[in-house]
Amino acid sequence: MAEIQLSVGSTVALPKVALEKLVANLHRMGYLVLGPQIQDGAVVYKPLDSAGVLPKGYTSQQDAASYHLVYTGHQRYFDVTPGAQSWKQFFFPPQTELASYKREENGRWQIEERSIDLTPLALFGVFPCDLAAVQIQDRIFLREEWKDPVYWARRQSAFILAVNCLHPCGTGFCASMGTGPKASPGFDLNLTELEDVFLVELGSEAGRLVMEGMPILPTSAFWLQACQNGLDEASTKMGRSLPAPQELPDLLLSNLDAQQWDDVARRCMSCSSCTQVCPTCFCWDARDSADLTGQTARREKVWDSCFNQDYSYIVGGNSRPNTRSRYRQWLTHKFGSWYAQFGTSGCVGCGRCITWCPAKIDVTAEIRAIREEVQP
Amino acid sequence: MIPTIGLPHAISPTQPMQPFWAEITEIVHEAPGVSTFWLQFLDPDLREGFHFKAGQFNMVSVPGLGEAAISISSDMEDGHRIGHTIRAVGNVTSAISQMNVGDVLGVRGPFGSWWGLDECVGKDIVIAAGGIGLPPIRPVLYYVLHHRQDFGKVIVLYGARTPNDLQFTSEYKTWQDAEIEINVTVDRGDDSWQGRVGVVPILFYNTRVNPRNTVILTCGPEIMIRFVIFEALARRVPPERIFVSLERNMKCGLGSCGHCQLGPFFVCKDGPVFSFDKLQPYVNVEEF
Repeated sequence: MAEIQLSVGSTVALPKVALEKLVANLHRMGYLVLGPQIQDGAVVYKPLDSAGVLPKGYTSQQDAASYHLVYTGHQRYFDVTPGAQSWKQFFFPPQTELASYKREENGRWQIEERSIDLTPLALFGVFPCDLAAVQIQDRIFLREEWKDPVYWARRQSAFILAVNCLHPCGTGFCASMGTGPKASPGFDLNLTELEDVFLVELGSEAGRLVMEGMPILPTSAFWLQACQNGLDEASTKMGRSLPAPQELPDLLLSNLDAQQWDDVARRCMSCSSCTQVCPTCFCWDARDSADLTGQTARREKVWDSCFNQDYSYIVGGNSRPNTRSRYRQWLTHKFGSWYAQFGTSGCVGCGRCITWCPAKIDVTAEIRAIREEVQP
Repeated sequence: MIPTIGLPHAISPTQPMQPFWAEITEIVHEAPGVSTFWLQFLDPDLREGFHFKAGQFNMVSVPGLGEAAISISSDMEDGHRIGHTIRAVGNVTSAISQMNVGDVLGVRGPFGSWWGLDECVGKDIVIAAGGIGLPPIRPVLYYVLHHRQDFGKVIVLYGARTPNDLQFTSEYKTWQDAEIEINVTVDRGDDSWQGRVGVVPILFYNTRVNPRNTVILTCGPEIMIRFVIFEALARRVPPERIFVSLERNMKCGLGSCGHCQLGPFFVCKDGPVFSFDKLQPYVNVEEF
């Protein structure tokens, strides 16, 4: 058989047994490989020692306020759609240091040199919705005029192994948001998991290097067709949909007095679960603290949420004093004003906010209700 | 000429949340609980290069306590000395109010948009401010003093709770000498108060506003701003010539932390100064 050329942009087939070698190659290249694993009944992302600990054989059942892992015994590694965690935590960690200070002899403060862990990360098994979410956060933390140093250091060295989503979740609506079930460019490698092989799309030179020496096979028309069929089917199979998201800025921002805001405020608990699990929510608080002697102090960047009580607090009042105003801020921002700020919707349709809302609030249903209320 | 912003700023493009140190060189008592802290950067390059525009703010910090967005109340043509007029109300501002000359603060900035002084050239300016809303507009008054001939009538409508709370009173004479008209009101007079009692918007009743040729600049409590805008619109001043400086919770100044959002705007980056036409869809929405 003639030798297969590995080149960026090409697609090859990889026997499933070779997945272990792919993980090993990433390790050998110096990456800290992070992948989905089952812990406490849910999928979490953590250091991946071997392909053997991937949640092979499992699927997840997701609905509003409901998430269950089910073991079916199939042979697929990437059937389990994401849990509460997203990859956001690795580029934009829940807590990072912004500055640390030490008092000098003369009583003045000195800023301590800050070190950032530069170990490159390999994100192993990023679904298309979550890849889109990373790309949205790029627009937030990597600006022309300034760059978030931690995000920048980790993001630019990261390897992204995406996986097309052939078994979408019950709460997702990525097809409506244009983010899935097929991964858009922005990956180093993109896998489609078929019964016996992975189809591997090479998105970058880093992706090509990782694939070097792998026991690859040429793609066949049969496999390519299976891949396309799987994606077509997945588009129709996801549990939720959200029609015409590009109309939402106008719909939401011109109906800030809709009755539905009062209605949802009676159900929402302002618990901030939705913003914590959202892979694009970016709000953070700067928190300062000092040790008891007053000789050292630090500033930290900590995830915050527009549902938190002191989020909008200024001396003299709180501009969003109740759940109604906070929920409205979240929804109108995510689906509305985000476009003006970052040129895209803030939602990738991953469905996490629906799955993990303890009150079963479903953004797609809320938006539908507002639409029906104002456009009867 | 309005100075353009030149480097170096006290904003690091690679460590945008790290402050630069500035020493307190002078403290001027303005009113009970309100003082102007005059600062100078320790770094000589920054001292030379720091420029801001009237209406911008710095993030001023005290290690271990926190950081607050505070408008710059000084003369933008003298960037060597940066003035922050601070009312002791929160954690950070209370700590600063306890500080002395020689103490050092963290400063990042300048951030945000500025008063549309270009729009004001050749026009009348009506400044309507309440309480601690005057310091963010004081750079405009410095500028007017330097370039008085560029502007028509300049009128300051200013109100405070009591006569004691009026700020910058020692400068009124200088302003008046430069033909800046000052109309003052207080919520409550005292025994010696001979002036007006009432809210700032009523000062419009004795002010002739030429709608074709007037720019309004306003800052103060939100309720005052609302009524100032009402009076200005009633006098047919077009929304794009009414400038408002807003206050919101701010943690970064970079349009990143999210706290200061108002609809599509990050008030720290797209504001704090807005022309009213931009705010019109949102100002009257309760709790937005």
